Amino acid sequence: MNLQQLIDQLNLTVLTESQDFAGITPTGGYSSDLLSCVMAGAKKGDLWITLQAHLNIVAVAALNEIAAIIITENARPDAASIAKANQQGVILLSTSQATYEVNGKLWELGIRSGM
Amino acid sequence: MLDFQASNRMCPPARTPTEQEKHGRHGRPITDQDAHDISRVEELSYDLKIHEVMTADIRTATPEMPLSKVLEILRLNRISGLPVVENEKLVGVLSLEDIVRALQKNELAAPTGQYMTREVVTIANYDSIVNAISTFTEKQLGRLPVIDENNKLVGMITKGDITRGILVALQKDYKEEEVRRYRASHLFEDIISERSTLVLRYTIRAGDFTKGGKASSHIKRALLRLGADPQLTRRCCIAVYEAEMNLIIHTTNGGILKLEVEPHRITMSATDDGPGIADTEMVFQPGYSTATEHIREMGFGAGMGLVNMKRCVDEIKLESSVGRGTKLIMRIFIPDQTVGVSRDG
Repeated sequence: MNLQQLIDQLNLTVLTESQDFAGITPTGGYSSDLLSCVMAGAKKGDLWITLQAHLNIVAVAALNEIAAIIITENARPDAASIAKANQQGVILLSTSQATYEVNGKLWELGIRSGM
Repeated sequence: MLDFQASNRMCPPARTPTEQEKHGRHGRPITDQDAHDISRVEELSYDLKIHEVMTADIRTATPEMPLSKVLEILRLNRISGLPVVENEKLVGVLSLEDIVRALQKNELAAPTGQYMTREVVTIANYDSIVNAISTFTEKQLGRLPVIDENNKLVGMITKGDITRGILVALQKDYKEEEVRRYRASHLFEDIISERSTLVLRYTIRAGDFTKGGKASSHIKRALLRLGADPQLTRRCCIAVYEAEMNLIIHTTNGGILKLEVEPHRITMSATDDGPGIADTEMVFQPGYSTATEHIREMGFGAGMGLVNMKRCVDEIKLESSVGRGTKLIMRIFIPDQTVGVSRDG
């Protein structure tokens, strides 16, 4: 399932600049609010689901080549973080749902880790 | 009866080209955002000028030339139209369609001036090819006469010329990039010494979270450039990212992050002048952290930093003294030619 379909299905808000989301197919997912765990556990092409919304998530996502970050519970990154994400090509998505719900829906849609 | 003078509508008003029009965008600062948004082909369509891709050696007709003669030129050169020139100035264009009109009246002996199209869309030789592309689309034309500042005809441009021009430019780009890549990945082969080392050094400021991960991303790029395999690059990246963040989070005055690349190993080090670590064994316990509540809220201080580093490297050494500072050294051994070098070289 491509990123555009996931954005539609989960009704996610796109915070960064719009691009060809249909051309991106996330290969798995990783959920954590601890950046060290994400550095160690997330794989290239994963979706990262987190409550964190500060600037440093952009660097972690860029280093790990994360497909997109889904920021949960309406946590909103500031303008500087969004600008940085645009600059580094990191996609930021937002939702009011909690991490647990997002994980569950993604799993049902077939986004499973390690696949 | 026949007015061979160019009407004002035929050509754009003569003016001196601007510096940018003459030289392209070279020298103009391009922001990262610009660069991200513009594809290389789009960029080339602005950078390449009409005169660089046009056909300069062209056939022309004169207003007095009989249509039968023009038809002969079109037939011999297998083209569908000719610019009509008088005193070096473009005065019209004669296309096959115009000849068909003349044929219907059986007037192939008539002069070109009588049947040519006078309102010619032209393009300036110093324009970018993007202008030609948009004119082709807008006016549904397949070829355009090219004129200089003095309205003198200097060539013709077709869609084919543009495609060829872009392909030639891309080919040149590609060759340059190949050469750069080759040079980077064969760095150590070309430099002969008893011990060749490439050192990357970064000053990391304490508390500067806005720059968190910046040095690591530069290191990642450098390693990939040197031809290191992605798996090895990932291990280095995780290790240096943790070290970089530790310098930002825990030091008094920041520190130095250093990466040393040798043909057979990569050495990473983080050095600071305080506050120092009291128990250098406890910090390797998963979950052990001295980070403040505020730092933890940001998702740091999980107590996994050194655990992660240890997992990623082949050798790790932590030396610290409270009040004096800390030195962390990590090594990854390169199994064979992952950095594009031979061990005996």
